[in-house]
Amino acid sequence: MAILLFFLFAAFAVGSVLGMIISRNQAYSALFLVVAFASLGGLFGLLGAPFMAVVQIIIYAGAIMVLFIFVIMMIHLGEGISAEKKKWTIAAAVFMGIILLAEIVFAVKGAPAVPMAGQEMAGTSPTEIGRLLFTKYLYPFEITSILIIAALVGAVVLIKKREGE
Amino acid sequence: MTNTGFVFDVLIPVGKIVAVILYPMLMTIVMIWLERRVVALMQKRLGPNRVGFQGILQPFADAFKLFLKEDIMQDQADPLLFKVAPVLVMFSSLLAFCFVPLGEPIRIGTYQLTLWIAQSPVGLLLVLGLSSISVFGVIFGGWASNSKYPLMGALRSVVQILSYEIPIGLTVLSVVFFARSIDLVEIVNHQSQAKIWFGFMLPVSFVVFWISAIAETNRAPFDLPEAESELVAGYHTEYSGMKFAFFYIAEYAHMVLVSSLVVIMFFGGWLAPFPNVPAFAFLKVIPGFVWYLVKIMFFLYLYVWIRATLPRYRFDELIRLAWKWLIPLALLNFLVVALIRYIL
Repeated sequence: MAILLFFLFAAFAVGSVLGMIISRNQAYSALFLVVAFASLGGLFGLLGAPFMAVVQIIIYAGAIMVLFIFVIMMIHLGEGISAEKKKWTIAAAVFMGIILLAEIVFAVKGAPAVPMAGQEMAGTSPTEIGRLLFTKYLYPFEITSILIIAALVGAVVLIKKREGE
Repeated sequence: MTNTGFVFDVLIPVGKIVAVILYPMLMTIVMIWLERRVVALMQKRLGPNRVGFQGILQPFADAFKLFLKEDIMQDQADPLLFKVAPVLVMFSSLLAFCFVPLGEPIRIGTYQLTLWIAQSPVGLLLVLGLSSISVFGVIFGGWASNSKYPLMGALRSVVQILSYEIPIGLTVLSVVFFARSIDLVEIVNHQSQAKIWFGFMLPVSFVVFWISAIAETNRAPFDLPEAESELVAGYHTEYSGMKFAFFYIAEYAHMVLVSSLVVIMFFGGWLAPFPNVPAFAFLKVIPGFVWYLVKIMFFLYLYVWIRATLPRYRFDELIRLAWKWLIPLALLNFLVVALIRYIL
């Protein structure tokens, strides 16, 4: 049963990500990405990490994607970028893709053995994650929060400037 | 023995699933009648009182009408998203009810009948997450209509829901601090052990949560996304027939869900009132789900009461209320509660 669900969620995740890339319509892409995040949440749930599963859905599918779609609806992007610029974006995309692939290979090689679907994954309860965040990963955690605040302040500053003009 | 095995393994789960789908629908029917009659009486009107005794059959007549209505989709609409949107809203509202405990487990012989489908260690977060998924139905509904007013209604609703999710999250955290669990059943059990409901321990959390919850369900006085004087009917202007009914039912299901959350987190779920007073011990004879129903009916009535009483907010006031009053208040409350919890 767990294996069956795993393949179902995995197929959904891969299929919807493919759909997101192929789709020409930005709203469809966003919907596909939501489905991908939801199926990733399902995969976390199968690994016996319900907290991670829910956080995946609340933060990525719930909060971030809502903002994405909000932006998509606010600014109609129309036809997209011109062919002249497209050459550069393709080159940049290939370059970034290679870097991302290398990173993933590196991460998967260094990662500890992941349990099969249906087995309990240790250290995924909210208590344990919280403890890790405030002890072992305290500095990365604090630096990330400063980064987010900087982004917030930046957004406010950008808006202020436009009002003054 | 195989016979009872069939009953416990197949019939009861299937029955529960059917019940979880029917329960929000039935509550919707009750709420439509209650809302129209109560608002009418509060405004010195009569309200629908023709179909059946005191108009009880009015919701059925409404539903019948919606069933028979032609299902219209305008040409410029996005066909797929237009159809997906009501399904998304309905799906997330109904799914969330799987995690809502309606009462204490009932013992039948050796079998324990639980009045919930799934007890999850992260139940509270799951319900909140699913309600944030329902936003997509609203956005896509407004966007796919490809029409002015639905789009503006959808934009408003996104801003509103995103803003009010923050105070909701912060107040929920203060409850989690005291219950030491995100499990809805555990939260109620903790209140039964503590012999006090969190609503009386954390009154600020309750008030902030309730105000935000009204905004989150797009109800008056915060029903800006569907302000009929400005936006026709908001994000579901272009919908008709059963697709419109889906949005309508989902809105009421969401109200029932939020009332359930308030009751479970702040008012002891299925627990009988006055646990400390021996004179009221006889109240425990009444089964838990009756108490639960009485409590959520109170909050659903409160929804109607507030709607009939307060005028609609202006949109900038609505956002100001969230960011300048509720979020700072929730943050302060959060700090104080965390301090108290730390000292205790």
